[in-house]
Amino acid sequence: MALLDVKDLGISFGGLKAVEHVNLSIEKGELFGLIGPNGAGKTTVFNLLTGVYQPTCGTILLNGKKLEGKSPAEISRRGVARTFQNIRLFKRMTVLENVMVAFHNQVTYSLLDGMLHTKRYREAEKQVRRQAATILDVFGLEDEKDTLAVNLPYGKQRKLEIARALATSPQLLLLDEPAAGMNPNETKELMDTIQLVRKQYGTTILLIEHDMKLVSGICEKLLVLNFGTELASGVPEEVLKNPEVVTAYLGE
Amino acid sequence: MESIIEQIINGLRTGSIYALIALGYTMVYGIAKMINFAHGDIIMVGAYSLYVFISKLHIPVFFAVLLSILVCALLGIAMEKVAYKPLRNAPPLAVLITAIGMSFLLQSLALLIFKANPIPFKSIIKLAPVKVGSITIAGISIITFLVTTIIMLSLTLFIHYTRSGRAMRAVSEDREAAQLMGIDVNHTISMVFAIGSALGAVAGILYVCQYQTLQPTLGALPGIKAFVAAVFGGIGSVPGAMLGGILLGVIESISKAYISSELADAIVFGVLVLVLLLKPSGLLGKNRIEKV
Repeated sequence: MALLDVKDLGISFGGLKAVEHVNLSIEKGELFGLIGPNGAGKTTVFNLLTGVYQPTCGTILLNGKKLEGKSPAEISRRGVARTFQNIRLFKRMTVLENVMVAFHNQVTYSLLDGMLHTKRYREAEKQVRRQAATILDVFGLEDEKDTLAVNLPYGKQRKLEIARALATSPQLLLLDEPAAGMNPNETKELMDTIQLVRKQYGTTILLIEHDMKLVSGICEKLLVLNFGTELASGVPEEVLKNPEVVTAYLGE
Repeated sequence: MESIIEQIINGLRTGSIYALIALGYTMVYGIAKMINFAHGDIIMVGAYSLYVFISKLHIPVFFAVLLSILVCALLGIAMEKVAYKPLRNAPPLAVLITAIGMSFLLQSLALLIFKANPIPFKSIIKLAPVKVGSITIAGISIITFLVTTIIMLSLTLFIHYTRSGRAMRAVSEDREAAQLMGIDVNHTISMVFAIGSALGAVAGILYVCQYQTLQPTLGALPGIKAFVAAVFGGIGSVPGAMLGGILLGVIESISKAYISSELADAIVFGVLVLVLLLKPSGLLGKNRIEKV
């Protein structure tokens, strides 16, 4: 059974069909690329998968269980995490706190424990702190852990967003243009980080990307969207040679 | 010299109460991005609840206080669920009008139940005044300082070092991103209303112990002053509300004693205008820079 199985997914805003007839099947452990020209509906697909938008038609199954109709918080609890195209960190919280927030559902002490600072509270907090620090280590952010997120340089903010998403211990990680605005060096570093994440956490990744080099370099499968519908899908070598895809990207 | 110190102590006492109320305004603003104008009336409900539990039902003071706090916390949650939640994506003006309506509703209900005549109430604080050198500090002042200090410390620890506190800050920064971290936004907003209203109840109890009379409109004036205090300190900022409340109390008390008691309110608001001219986001407020 595929980890994520999307069938005939669609959403319209008023009369505008933003996304239509999208099918997607991602196996566990796969690195899947979602590409397409600007306005093709890629981020809309992410918003549908994470419950930010409710689909007008179609089904989304994670491990065979229905995701559509669930709230974003519930979907996050079921193991889908994401990053944003325009970074959305908790800017006035420290780097470490950003990651700690993502452990929200894995911390189990009660409100009362927290108010009375019981032993259970102290131990749980210590553990979260340690786990969060471990993730920051992996991303090379350990030296900045007490910096406010807003003060991090751009490339590191991107990394922190991925770290934060990973802290929810997702089965499926959605990355929305992680290389946007990065220079070639940073992009290279990011690709290494993504590979590292796969190796260390075994996370399945769905990636939106414009950078063709990045996409064809690391993705195992691709889905190309254009005007909200599927244009092509399959392995990168074939998809990128597809004349329709070339036309969509470069024009006639 | 003694008298100025005594005036400052009085100011700190009133200021502590303002600060407790201001915390409610600022926390709710931080998370729901709305000014809950009915917050002042929560104070009134807290005061009346205490009166009912003690004078009518003869419940021991300690439990009466706890129950009053509980009543207000539940009222805060209910108010949000019934009146504000349906308007979460409505224009700010609609929310503002609803909040003002809520305030009138609570006052009118109190008027219906308890009538307009002021009800005398004997303070539950029986602590004898303490003499430090030539200065006398009233029992109620000591209790007020003690209670406010403990509350402010615990609240700060709670917001910064617990799971729920972090969730609150995350939701107030970016509701959607917080949701995607698995945080239940409705639950978090309810919690903030409960905490804010509980603090309002404590303020109401301290307030009624100081003035010893109950009226349906008793929350209006401290409510509006505390709102000023919250803006003064920087709305949305928790330490700002604490600082704003205490400064406001001291300025008010000093103006009353040394300048003119009629002009005291004018001076307080004058200082507010001055602060907002120099620092539009308030003393500890964050300057909002919108990125496009």
